[in-house]
Amino acid sequence: MKKAKQGNWLVALSMLLSSSWAHADWTVNMREGVTAISRDVYSLHMIIFWVCVVIGVLVFGVMILSMLMHRKSLGVKPADFHHSTKLEIIWTIIPVVILVVMAIPSTATLTAMYDASDADIDIEVRGLQWKWQYTYLNDDPEKEVKFISSLLTPSEEIYNDARKRENYLLDVDNEVVIPINKKIRFLITSQDVIHAWWVPDFAVKKDAIPGFVHESWAIVEEPGIYRGQCAELCGKQHGFMPIVVRAVEQAEYEEWLVGKQEEAKAVFETVGKEWTQEELMVKGEEVYTRVCSVCHQANGQGLPPAFPSLVGTGLAVGSMQEHIDIVLHGKAGTAMQSFSSQLNAAEIAAVVIYERNAWGNDMGDMIQPREINAMMNGGQ
Amino acid sequence: MSSVIEDHHHDDHHHGPAKGIMRWVFTTNHKDIGTLYLWFSFMMFLLGGTFALVIRAELFQPGLQIVEPEFFNQMTTMHGLIMVFGAVMPAFVGLANWLVPMMIGAPDMALPRMNNYSFWILPFAFTMLASTLLMEGGGPNFGWTFYAPLSTTYAPPSVTFFIFAVHLMGISSIMGSINVIVTILNLRAPGMTLMQMPLFVWTWLITAYLLIAVMPVLAGVVTMMLMDIHFGTAFFSAAGGGDPVLFQHVFWFFGHPEVYIMILPAFGVVSAIIPTFTRKKLFGYASMVYATASIAFLSFIVWAHHMFTVGMPLAGELYFMYATMLIAVPTGVKVFNWVATMWQGAMTFETPMLFAIAFVILFTIGGLSGLMLAIAPADFQYHDTYFVVAHFHYVLVPGSIFSIMAAVYYWLPKWTGNMYDETLGKTHFWLSFVGVNVTFFPQHFIGLAGMPRRIPDYALQFADFNMVSSMGAFLFGFSQLFFMFIVIKCIRGGKPATAQVWEGAHGLEWTVPSPAPYHTFTTPDGIDLKEAHG
Repeated sequence: MKKAKQGNWLVALSMLLSSSWAHADWTVNMREGVTAISRDVYSLHMIIFWVCVVIGVLVFGVMILSMLMHRKSLGVKPADFHHSTKLEIIWTIIPVVILVVMAIPSTATLTAMYDASDADIDIEVRGLQWKWQYTYLNDDPEKEVKFISSLLTPSEEIYNDARKRENYLLDVDNEVVIPINKKIRFLITSQDVIHAWWVPDFAVKKDAIPGFVHESWAIVEEPGIYRGQCAELCGKQHGFMPIVVRAVEQAEYEEWLVGKQEEAKAVFETVGKEWTQEELMVKGEEVYTRVCSVCHQANGQGLPPAFPSLVGTGLAVGSMQEHIDIVLHGKAGTAMQSFSSQLNAAEIAAVVIYERNAWGNDMGDMIQPREINAMMNGGQ
Repeated sequence: MSSVIEDHHHDDHHHGPAKGIMRWVFTTNHKDIGTLYLWFSFMMFLLGGTFALVIRAELFQPGLQIVEPEFFNQMTTMHGLIMVFGAVMPAFVGLANWLVPMMIGAPDMALPRMNNYSFWILPFAFTMLASTLLMEGGGPNFGWTFYAPLSTTYAPPSVTFFIFAVHLMGISSIMGSINVIVTILNLRAPGMTLMQMPLFVWTWLITAYLLIAVMPVLAGVVTMMLMDIHFGTAFFSAAGGGDPVLFQHVFWFFGHPEVYIMILPAFGVVSAIIPTFTRKKLFGYASMVYATASIAFLSFIVWAHHMFTVGMPLAGELYFMYATMLIAVPTGVKVFNWVATMWQGAMTFETPMLFAIAFVILFTIGGLSGLMLAIAPADFQYHDTYFVVAHFHYVLVPGSIFSIMAAVYYWLPKWTGNMYDETLGKTHFWLSFVGVNVTFFPQHFIGLAGMPRRIPDYALQFADFNMVSSMGAFLFGFSQLFFMFIVIKCIRGGKPATAQVWEGAHGLEWTVPSPAPYHTFTTPDGIDLKEAHG
């Protein structure tokens, strides 16, 4: 009877705990990660942490002892020593020794991290305000896979109008897929401001800097989904550009890659077909919501002066050629970036037509994706 | 110079300060200017603190509740700028103004008119900086480190006002440090050698040299930004053949000495307070001086440890790691010296001593996490996370700011002639101590768990500690209004203070009456150098 009661109490307690700690992965320490490097980094972190704890305990211990024993209220008389060369030499030498001992494994790990040679797969990682573009480099350009990966969490969750689901802010539409036990080299760069590509489980964090291509690499040993975030302040949506890497078996990776390649081919074919304005409007709204509304807002009003309004003013109701140009090539000196590498011709045609015919804009004009494609390939 | 002093000798019936507001506008008196600096920095502390509370309020729960991401970025930027340039630096300049002349037996700062000028630049600079928040496009939103090209090509139009404000702050700091150097080197009481100076004077002398060395570098980097933004150059724009990483090298060549500028005078303050309340001489005076100088020297050659993730070559990475680890040695010497000073003393625990002890413990925690950050491979995981935020706030808040509060309580009776209320002072200490730790300790955990800094919203696993941290921040923030109350109460009245104020206090400032007369040490007669340092 008593035992049962105790059992109930335990169940109740564990339910209480599990409900208050319902957030997954509640943790207070660095993750060990899933690569040899990340485990080395973790053990360096733990060694230096314990070194600090020991130093802290010794120093604070002496201080606390002193505060307890050497108080005036206990009637003690102050001593009058004020230096000791021997002591001072000792407490200079000991830290030096500790530092040298720490420097040795740190140097070894750092050297290993910097060896990005002989990679099996090269993936270009390009930071954009505020999403990541991944390109699986291939000697045959037909087989190159390229996609944009952006935040999946809907704004209702961010603005507290919907319940926040698991992986809140850490979910993307297109994951990076890599095979396990292969050396993946990430070639990290940026198109606009500085971002930083960080996946804690790989101990990979590298700044994405315009004009530079930096290398980093990982050999992931366990299949799984690994999440990270942009780590360098890159503007207003800096907190909203997560990274998701899915590590899978080689066979599954190859299947995924072929799927992506065929997707690209299909897109290529849709560009060639004849579109109606209704089709473009539907696709345009989808593209606009996904890509443009971050800055120009869902209602097209923007957030002037940084992000101008598109309603009844400017290029959206002006020259279509200039409108297309700015979407393709961006506008220097502003947050308006070039979308020619992010969107395909059909998407660009659709979003331009949508912007010219939504929110009361009523231009009624029309362009076919293949015409856009001609402009994109016409060396413009 | 000597004729001026002669003049003062004639009308020995102390001519006091002028009346009314003009006393403060035209004053050349080091005590008045010290007071102006301290009040100004306190106002900036409240302003920067308000920005911090906006940040903590938004981060209280996941999701966006109070501010939009754009405004959040302006808050993190302005919080950093205001606290570094508006609160901590002017507070130490204020302390230097009040104390350096009295500690070395000088009648005033060596260049009193420049002293007035260097203060009065500041209100204009900060009014301009703060006004950017009301401008079209908002204030600076690129972080207090303002990395290009986010702060150039992609900056809001108000960035030009930010650049001008930084120039003004730099001019003020440079003039202030010239004044400190000239005063210390030329106006010491006859016979006082450099190694007889109190440690606060030493640390400020070294700090002033750091300031003169690096403020022009800051001015240079913001000027390059200005050129990029308005005059078509491409220093930091890759598209024009420039180099965004160059910005970071130049910035941190200023930025790293800058963080020591904010901590060295704190070492001086604590080295004055601990001996007083242990009733024992400072342990290892000479090694304290050498350690301070070594830290200052090292501060010039470690800047790129802020940039371990920018993709430096391996050799650069290793060099900056080793050099950074070296800083632990002189810093350790200082901490060990303070502990040895306390050992076998006869301690009492008045408010300044409580703040000073908390400084030693909590600054050491910040120093130890700094040692962790020095390990470059581990820094890949720490960099730009809340672990870094926790680290530098431990060094700056219970470090620099606690030392400033300790200094205010310690010298307030000398400044006002009244004792502050000890019970209230201790209450303020304990509220601040608890508040600071509740705010910043959990940030170590969320940083290690993977929360990047400067984000307005975060994943759910960081929710619990962020909530705790926000509660601590509000406790700490509101405790500082209580601090203001205690100081004002002390200015208005209280138990009269004796000249020495504290039983164990040594130093020339304790040989003049409390409150310190408007003019002190107008002649070098009767200065007892045996009292010079504690």
